[in-house]
Amino acid sequence: MSDSSRNRNVTFALIGLGIALAIATFLSPFASQNPDGLDRVAQDHKFDTKAAAETPAKQLPFYQVFEEYALRGVPKEIATPLAGIIGTLAAFGLAWGIGKVVVRNSGVPPEDDSTSPD
Amino acid sequence: MTELLLMSISSFQAGSRMLPLAMHIPDGFLSLPVILVTWILAIALIAICLKRAQFEYQERTVPLMGVCAAFIFAAQMINFPIPGGTSGHLLGGTLAGALLGPWAGSLVMVVVFMVQAFLFQDGGITVLGANIVNMGLIGTFGGYYLYAAIRKSLGWNSLRGIGVGAAVAAWASVVVGSIICAFQLAISGTVPLPVALSAMASWHVLIGIGEALITVTALGFIYRTRPDLIYKAPKKAIANRSMASR
Repeated sequence: MSDSSRNRNVTFALIGLGIALAIATFLSPFASQNPDGLDRVAQDHKFDTKAAAETPAKQLPFYQVFEEYALRGVPKEIATPLAGIIGTLAAFGLAWGIGKVVVRNSGVPPEDDSTSPD
Repeated sequence: MTELLLMSISSFQAGSRMLPLAMHIPDGFLSLPVILVTWILAIALIAICLKRAQFEYQERTVPLMGVCAAFIFAAQMINFPIPGGTSGHLLGGTLAGALLGPWAGSLVMVVVFMVQAFLFQDGGITVLGANIVNMGLIGTFGGYYLYAAIRKSLGWNSLRGIGVGAAVAAWASVVVGSIICAFQLAISGTVPLPVALSAMASWHVLIGIGEALITVTALGFIYRTRPDLIYKAPKKAIANRSMASR
């Protein structure tokens, strides 16, 4: 891979991450508070009560840090944007890391097969 | 009296939420057999993806995997309202499949659902396999191959093929995912099948429109800026772009 194409890809990654962070930060306070598809069905048909109250996720240390999409211990206005930022960075880092470990090929362009779906 | 009590409990639970939890299944909705079958299916497909991803991709795909996971996580936080007092959000499986192909696309979706379940208690950990299948793999596999078939028939290298393919596949993946979720709920004895099917499908027919709009917008942006990053990239667009930048 040439240096210039590597730089272009890093630039693209930073722009993409910036867009994702902006969405998580500035749009999350405006997310609709209405129940979503499955929640709505569960409420309408009275099976929302079957959701477990004591879930395994609440036993994890992360539950001490986040209450759903809200960072604990900070003012309400910034709790969800901050949770969004941390979650977005976690997803970014984890997916990049898995990609780094899994993808073995380096540099050599593939045979041209871009006209078939698989 | 009991009904009143139940209603007040459920409205209390709904009221105590900070944000509506996404379309993710919570712990307690699915029976053990359904949990096991969906976990086995999810793990088998993830194993195939890990194997195929080793040789299918180049190093330059790796940053795109990070960006894709970040964008889909962020976008899933943004519930958009749909008529009737309900909301929906992007699932992103078809978008991930169109950008990265089914193999890396699936791995990205798994990352998103893991972060949501473990960090933010969104979607049960015991039912994570089902959530990965319904909202991830149906999009990255079913959605991707439907997109690829439409793209092929309308012109592999055309924006029209990519756009129409992505729109139809994104919509279909949400509706099919909701129908499969309805079957899982019914087999688990949580809610009768006819009720689950009609209720889930009728909301997700609308939510799927939002999925299609976001998927096409994101792909359109990438088509205009970096068409070479689309999985099995359109040749003409890349050629035109490098001509123009000369």
